Amino acid sequence: MIAAVVGFRSEPLRRPTEAPRVPHEGRKIVTRLLTSLIGIVALTAFMTAASPGEAKTFRFAFQGDVASMDPYALAENFSTAFHHNIHEPLVRYDAKMKLEPSLATSWEIVNPTTWCFHLRKGVKFHNGSKFDADDVLFSLKRAQSEGSDMASYVHSIVEARKIDPYTVDLVTEKPDPILANEIATWYMMDKEWAEANGAVEPVNLGKNRENYATLHANGTGPFKLVSREPGVRTVLEVNNDWWDKPNQKFNVTKVVFTPIGSDATRTAALLSGELDMMYPAPVQDVKRINASGVARVMQGPEFRTIFLGMDQERDELLYSSVKGKNPLKDKRVRQAFYQAIDIEAIRTKVMRGAATPAGLMVSPGINGFDPALNDRLPYDPEKSKQLLAEAGYPKGFDIQLDCPNDRYVNDEQICQAVVAMLARIGVNVNLLAQTKSKFFQKLKRHDVSFYLLGWIPDDLDSGSVISNLMVPPAEGGLAWNGGGYGNPRITELSKLIATEVDPKKRQAMISECFKILKDDVGYIPLHQQALSWGVRKGVHVVQRPDNALHYWYITID
Amino acid sequence: MLSFVLRRVVQSVVVMLGVAMIAFSLFTYVGDPITNLVGIQTSDAKRAELRETLGLNDPPPVQFVRFVGRALHFQFGISYQQKRKVVDIIAERLPATLELSMLSVILALGLGVPMGVYTALHRDSWLSHLMLSLSLVGVSLPTFLIGITLIFVFAVQLNLLPSFGRGEVVHLGFWTTGLLTASGLKSTIMPAITLALFQMTLIMRLVRSEMIEVLRSDYIRFGRARGLTNRAVHFGHALKNTLVPVITITGLQLGSIIAFAIITETVFQWPGLGLMFIQAINEVDIPVMSAYLLLIACFFVIINLVVDLLYFAVDPRLRVARPTAVGG
Repeated sequence: MIAAVVGFRSEPLRRPTEAPRVPHEGRKIVTRLLTSLIGIVALTAFMTAASPGEAKTFRFAFQGDVASMDPYALAENFSTAFHHNIHEPLVRYDAKMKLEPSLATSWEIVNPTTWCFHLRKGVKFHNGSKFDADDVLFSLKRAQSEGSDMASYVHSIVEARKIDPYTVDLVTEKPDPILANEIATWYMMDKEWAEANGAVEPVNLGKNRENYATLHANGTGPFKLVSREPGVRTVLEVNNDWWDKPNQKFNVTKVVFTPIGSDATRTAALLSGELDMMYPAPVQDVKRINASGVARVMQGPEFRTIFLGMDQERDELLYSSVKGKNPLKDKRVRQAFYQAIDIEAIRTKVMRGAATPAGLMVSPGINGFDPALNDRLPYDPEKSKQLLAEAGYPKGFDIQLDCPNDRYVNDEQICQAVVAMLARIGVNVNLLAQTKSKFFQKLKRHDVSFYLLGWIPDDLDSGSVISNLMVPPAEGGLAWNGGGYGNPRITELSKLIATEVDPKKRQAMISECFKILKDDVGYIPLHQQALSWGVRKGVHVVQRPDNALHYWYITID
Repeated sequence: MLSFVLRRVVQSVVVMLGVAMIAFSLFTYVGDPITNLVGIQTSDAKRAELRETLGLNDPPPVQFVRFVGRALHFQFGISYQQKRKVVDIIAERLPATLELSMLSVILALGLGVPMGVYTALHRDSWLSHLMLSLSLVGVSLPTFLIGITLIFVFAVQLNLLPSFGRGEVVHLGFWTTGLLTASGLKSTIMPAITLALFQMTLIMRLVRSEMIEVLRSDYIRFGRARGLTNRAVHFGHALKNTLVPVITITGLQLGSIIAFAIITETVFQWPGLGLMFIQAINEVDIPVMSAYLLLIACFFVIINLVVDLLYFAVDPRLRVARPTAVGG
């Protein structure tokens, strides 16, 4: 009973339950006394539980581990989100994904290639040393050094200039309209600490040497690293001297993170009450978790867009029955594929409702998203058959679909659904589902004819989606454009978008690109998969569409 | 004796080299490690450079020779994923796996042998039938399912045991043990049972059939004719002779318990070598994978050697036969 009222984890309250060892005489009075006593204890406990001074441990699991305690080791969502709890950028995203000041209190664009950042005064690293301009200069150098994976965030910066101890100018080669967005994932490190511990550069695998920063961390953020056992357990503790602590409402004082790879075990650990949160919650377990009464699944749209790509660069497809020509170079065939896909069936059957159908290559909330263009071409298999016949393939043809099977939510099942849907218009698809390492290797070599991929831009901006996916490598594009899609106008616009500082003009260019892509049927966007977090009852977290979990938004009842 | 050991050692080296070579040729099929080493927007030039520094562009034979050369000096390099020395990672994970395996073997032997003896002596009792049919479950259910069922019953429904991890561990020098804390002990129960179940069934069935066989033999009949007690016949003579093959099988199974704790470790998120190997495969962490495979091969080789020597010591016939075989 008591446990039910106050939560069975508050240890001191267990004692009253052991009490009813009472002598026979006057049992009733004692029982009554005891009940009221229990009531009082429970009440006071309830009140103290609500007070901010109490220790609250937040235990959570993710399917994988953080690569390293070095924030520059790997630019991958989970790692960067984790590090943000220990280290902080100059500019950060708030709970609603709006940019807000962090270690810089304000910034202005001095001239098109110079941004001036005013640093927050009185900020201290966890070891007590002061944060100032020297740390920014050092962090830039470190982020741009060989072993760092932060290059895509700080690529446009050519120089950092110290104006005074709390003012820094960041100089870019060309005007960079989204510099503030890009550096929101570039965290500040302590120069003195790194120098004292020989961690001036991140681990460089070629040099075969370890680094202090792999297992230790010293940031300015809301949590301090207490212990790190790679692959087993990582423990953080609240930083009571955090500059922003008075403004944030959270009561977590300790965080214990365990990676749990097995879906079933992760779910079981949440249901047994050993975890306060775990993610991703497996799609097949969502119902069970919600029905359990001890936890619930929070679902929300993620920024990542899942889409199908098609080889449009070769004269003959590598994996197809059609010889001597490339059917996918014909827009009618691409459109036939597109309109043969029943996105509603994928959403309801494969994703069990946990997806938002997409008509664009970027999701709502990404800078440059244009709601007017987000409609999909309608599902119409008859039209598809007709288009195929017009293109000269009335009986369809054979083609191979390459698909990862451990990267996105139900990736292989989506591909299986696509296979079945295309079979209805006579296209015989041979599915090759493989592990992500194999798949990405194949994709980057453009060793694919038809493939499934997901994309979330690091800087949350459409510009990088366009330059990464819509400019053919022959025209300066990147290997990620696995089908070599291109349009001269998009190539031209892509260069302008990279340096256009007027938001309105820039949006017009981005929209034009997306319009052209849509008219060309260059890709087949499918959906944004839903984030799926399993959260114990009584735990309140903020779910951001970039899947970042920040402990300074968490309260536990 | 010495020549026998020497011969086995030479054979072992050949086996290890073979394993290393097979492992190496497999690595070309696991995928590109670079995709897991850098973020999605890292430039192609940088990726190419990294591939070159890691020596991934060299032909496989060159990579292999380099690997063996370094392994001879106990240098297994730095994990691509964790960016730490592979030797340290393995040293960290080894106690968890060894502890779990040893417990499982003790559990399997401690229950399997008595159960085997019982079912052999009381062939028609209902308890024997129950044990035999239950043992079928142990053999036929996949480890994964057994683990998940245990978790569901004892962690989710009854809330008695933890569903994952190793609990609190105590550091004793380089060794870590979970057997000295309450949470560590609790965490060990389910993984140990899961891992032991198959072995236990195997040992039980082996002991049973061997025992039945031995009980039929002449010397047992002579023993009975001499008027020895049942106890002396069963445990003094029959069981002793039954144990020779049991030792061999248990030894070999110990190797496979260590090597194939992978599934159990994955289900219970047990931080041992198996889990490390699975994580390494997912991330194409070649230094960790190769060191692990070599270590497991080494385990097998050593265990086999020990088993052979034990056999040699236990079975007097071998000792007698050996000199004539060498001489002739």
